[in-house]
Amino acid sequence: MPHIRILVGTRKGAFILTSDAARRDWQVSGPHFGGWEIFHIAGSPANPDRLYASQSSSWFGQVIQRSDDGGASWIPVGNDFSYVGDPGMHLHYDGTAKPWAFKRVWHLEPSPTDPDTVYAGVEDAALFRSTDGGMSWHELPALREQQGAQWMPGAGGMCLHTILLDPVNPARMYVAISAAGAFRSDDGGASWRPINRGLHSQYIPDPEAEVGHCVHRIAMHPARPDTLFMQKHWDVMRSDDAGDAWFEVSGNLPSDFGFAMAVHAHEPDTVYVVPIQSDSEHYPPEGKLRVYRSRAGGNAWDALTDGLPQEHCYVNVLRDAMAVDTLDPCGVYFGTTGGQVYVSPDAGDHWRAIVRDLPAVLSVSVQTLR
Amino acid sequence: MNTVRVVLPYSLYTLARSAAEIELDVAGPVTLAAVLDALEAAYPMLTGALRDRATGQRRPLVRFFACQDDQSNLGADALLPDEVAAGREPLLVVGAIAGG
Repeated sequence: MPHIRILVGTRKGAFILTSDAARRDWQVSGPHFGGWEIFHIAGSPANPDRLYASQSSSWFGQVIQRSDDGGASWIPVGNDFSYVGDPGMHLHYDGTAKPWAFKRVWHLEPSPTDPDTVYAGVEDAALFRSTDGGMSWHELPALREQQGAQWMPGAGGMCLHTILLDPVNPARMYVAISAAGAFRSDDGGASWRPINRGLHSQYIPDPEAEVGHCVHRIAMHPARPDTLFMQKHWDVMRSDDAGDAWFEVSGNLPSDFGFAMAVHAHEPDTVYVVPIQSDSEHYPPEGKLRVYRSRAGGNAWDALTDGLPQEHCYVNVLRDAMAVDTLDPCGVYFGTTGGQVYVSPDAGDHWRAIVRDLPAVLSVSVQTLR
Repeated sequence: MNTVRVVLPYSLYTLARSAAEIELDVAGPVTLAAVLDALEAAYPMLTGALRDRATGQRRPLVRFFACQDDQSNLGADALLPDEVAAGREPLLVVGAIAGG
């Protein structure tokens, strides 16, 4: 019987939520690493019992934890994220130059084929790879050659927050950085190119610049890896040519600001976003928590509200806090800064809270275990 | 060889899976750097938690106390108090009371 494991990272620890395929009754395990910020937990597609967690704190820095038994036990592995060479300077908020400095790991992306290979997206923005189960980490420095001196932090920091590995072409991968933009490698990370043509950011000196855009999230369906969806600081975008060109698909969304985004597991044109009021008001428009679903690959969006609070709701849904399972019907999940984790077992038609009072949720990832 | 006692805060002794107070054998002069070298050798998962890997600088929200005094800003070669070197008083690692 298939079952579901949700890996939840919060401001004060990790939680693991499990259920059978009905997705009605959930067991809650945690907090793991209580008191630490857990930016992300991810499971290996090649060995679902292999998990990686990014554990950090302002006091004591970065730790990477690894589990080989689905989260029942953990061991700290390598935490040396040294940049290759002198990383030099990048732009700061005020336009001055600031030295590159490692702060934390935002996102972990395990290889689809090798449990010991995992990528880490870090702040200050860079991409690292481990091929020994997280014991040692090595930067892929060519990414920073893409005008790294012109990158600057988004409000949350200068973070590499999205890593997409092309399931068809193992040499191709995508990353996204706030606020630098999206980048693609076609040679396993040895070289990179910016893929930001078509993005328009009115708050930067050149709104059509090759780099400097505040990309919040990119999502892909594994059956159609050349089609990408992007939640940008403003605008929801789409590309059908692996990021070579983007066009806007915000359509009738009540706000085109937001962070989280996911694609239905079985319908490559069904996309989910959670609109947020604005960059200075990080809560849902009108105090109504609504997931918007497009079944047309964008532009035409329907509000999904059944089971979600429709008054006085002022939580945020962060960029790594939405995911889907691969059951049929597809389950959709998201966590909020108010500590709720919601599930829809029917592709978004109906929602309910699995938990309501966790610490602020930073990330949600989902494993479908068979 | 000196046996030095070190008291870790909750976040670090749970990370190290140790007791809150641990004992470390320190060869040579008992400086803060020597104690941290011994701590990281015995508990590699604490490497980077107290001082920056690259620069060796104390992390901003970490402080060290012993014998009622703040030892956080001792120079690299300065000796910790004799009471610490003799194991009669512990070196306390303290996370700053700050933030959330």
